[in-house]
Amino acid sequence: MVNGDTQTIAHVGYPTSIFKSPLVDNPRFVKQCVSAAVVPLGVKADGPAGFSPDADGRSTIVCSTLRSLTHKTAYRLIDRFGGPKGGEGMNRPRFLAAGALAAALSLNVAVALATDTVNIPCVCELSGAGAVAGTNFHDGAHLAVEEINAAGGILGKTIEMTDMDTQTDPMTSRALVQKAIDSGAYAIMGTIYSGSTIVNMMVAQKAGVPQFTGAEAPNITQKHNPFIFRTSSGAEKGVPALTSYFKDQLKARKIAISWVNNDFGKGGHDVFLAQMKKAGIEVVADVPSEEGQADFSADVSKIKQSGAQAVFVYLNEEEDARFLKEARKQGLKATLVGEVTLTGQKVIDLAGGAAEGAVAHVGLATSAPIPSIENFVAKFKKHYGRDTDHNGIKGYIGVYAIKYATELNGKFDRKALADKLHGLTLDVAKYPNMLLTTSWDANGELSRESFITEVKDGKQVVTGTVPAN
Amino acid sequence: MAQFLQVLLSGLSTGAIYALAAIGFTLVWQAARTVNFAEGEFVMLPAFFVLIGVHWLNMPLWLALIFGLIVAVIVLGLLFKKVVVEPMLPNGGLPLIIATMALSILLKEGAKQVYGAEAQPFPSLFPQATLHFGGAVVSVQDLMNLAVSLAVVVGLTLFLNRTRTGRRMQATAQNPRVAEILGVNTRRMVLYAFLVNAALAALASFLISPIYLAKFSNGETLGLVAFIAAIVGGFNQIRGALAGGLLIGVLDNLTATYVTTEYRAALPLVLLIAMILWRPQGLLGVDEGRKV
Repeated sequence: MVNGDTQTIAHVGYPTSIFKSPLVDNPRFVKQCVSAAVVPLGVKADGPAGFSPDADGRSTIVCSTLRSLTHKTAYRLIDRFGGPKGGEGMNRPRFLAAGALAAALSLNVAVALATDTVNIPCVCELSGAGAVAGTNFHDGAHLAVEEINAAGGILGKTIEMTDMDTQTDPMTSRALVQKAIDSGAYAIMGTIYSGSTIVNMMVAQKAGVPQFTGAEAPNITQKHNPFIFRTSSGAEKGVPALTSYFKDQLKARKIAISWVNNDFGKGGHDVFLAQMKKAGIEVVADVPSEEGQADFSADVSKIKQSGAQAVFVYLNEEEDARFLKEARKQGLKATLVGEVTLTGQKVIDLAGGAAEGAVAHVGLATSAPIPSIENFVAKFKKHYGRDTDHNGIKGYIGVYAIKYATELNGKFDRKALADKLHGLTLDVAKYPNMLLTTSWDANGELSRESFITEVKDGKQVVTGTVPAN
Repeated sequence: MAQFLQVLLSGLSTGAIYALAAIGFTLVWQAARTVNFAEGEFVMLPAFFVLIGVHWLNMPLWLALIFGLIVAVIVLGLLFKKVVVEPMLPNGGLPLIIATMALSILLKEGAKQVYGAEAQPFPSLFPQATLHFGGAVVSVQDLMNLAVSLAVVVGLTLFLNRTRTGRRMQATAQNPRVAEILGVNTRRMVLYAFLVNAALAALASFLISPIYLAKFSNGETLGLVAFIAAIVGGFNQIRGALAGGLLIGVLDNLTATYVTTEYRAALPLVLLIAMILWRPQGLLGVDEGRKV
């Protein structure tokens, strides 16, 4: 119970609605019979820098750059005050040193006020079904971080990138985004899987933290989230680029679709069906599969029996490889055409000869005969000893987008970063590490030149270019 | 008809591999009266032993396969029995079951830590050619998987029924006390059961990894399906495990092709529930009574 002897700890910051410490720590104080209470005090960043404790030491107001007190700090406070030990009384007035709370987290509005680092965590799929995509994204992002730090950082501050493995689980990713925000993230890199991004981006949006995702489901940029930004174009931009390929180049009248039943797959599937209907092409087999599915024999068999002249394959990387191997095993003759993943390097490595002849429209292609991309691919291989795919490019340019936009603002301000990116075009001539001229619209949707690719002799080869739309 | 033949053969091929893992469940049950919930990981891991042999030790494939088989038998057979089963068994069946669950997590996470989380390509043991039968395109790989699995099961059955060691292993499984009284070295027979289980798991791994790719999480699906196959077929009979594996493989494929792909994963579970309700001993299993 709060009375005249209660020690008050002011948790200062803005906005106070996101503070967790009153909810977490006050019940602990009650349980431990400590007469203290954490109270939120809304003070914006340009408010007073600090307060002095009262002369009698009975109540202490502490200025902090806290979003929440860590539990360790709360228990330290309990230790300082003490609970009832062997009949000792409560309400011992104590004087809290501001420094005891110094091991806390940064404000929502401004970050790294007095440090030389800027925190940009990588929340991505390092295990589970998304490990292929996530690992490449992670490695591309870290390559960019190393380059930027070697060149002096962003506005003189070194980037600190901690890794958080979502295990390709949406709820885990949500918790990790919250953890990243609690650690004082200036911006967040990731996630790549659409199913995770749709869940966790709401957390970042509520906290006002810009998030750079590799996800491509259309609905990600349709939820009026001002803090989400793509690092590759969504399916609603990419899939339509294939329509003319099916209609004019393949002259296909009957098409089958094999798609993964997750947010990524559903988004692409729906856009594709609408496009085929508009083009007057009949979809003769519509075959969903599950994320992580290993056995595609029934799927391929159904497609084979449908008489499809071409197949739109919209799966994740490992499933692509299994599908291609099964298609080769069953002698499926229809042309296999994908979007984004089907001709990726990892798919080629996993599927081997079964990937030969597969075609895909990709927003990013490591095989593009463009000097900036060739240079990136070489750098990546030298650094990591292996080839990357389009996800490596996504991670790389995402970090550079943060750098360039922040430097255009001249300060570390999350809201200003988001505002700057809306409607921004980063011309590759002036911002070479973007690799291609890149634009974002008011919804965070990305526009950029893209490519038609084909697997020839075990390599992804660019066979055509599609202008930005 | 061509499609049906193709789907049937593909289902039999996959089902035969499930049967190898299901037989492993049966053998461990008979030897130690426990369920090995790490059996899926026992099928996942040998593929990584082979990849280590090929990529880290620069062995040719044939040598890496032998290396993988030997390591699997030692680690998943001998060490499993000595380090996990023997210390836990005196405490009863339930602690041992829990220990195998923990082992499953350990093996899965260990593979992820050592070899990485990404799927790895695994070389196929058989040519990627196809044969044409009456309009159906049949893959040589499917035929060979089926043939090899059936040959191993037939060989194992002959070993258990026609050799002295095999009959001693059966005697130990049926009544270890009487077997011991009659002069059977029951400890050795139990060890042989674990070694055979490890070898079967390794073979299943070599056959299925070219299709499923080698990945640390493969054991989850394989283990569950093999467990269900063993129950559906009959947990205390090797022929039951074979029947269960083939049945699950074929029905899964037929369901996905002719009924629904979205709910195919539900079929094994529905079969499991139906079997437990109507014939708990499984299709070919023997009703066991126990004194309590």
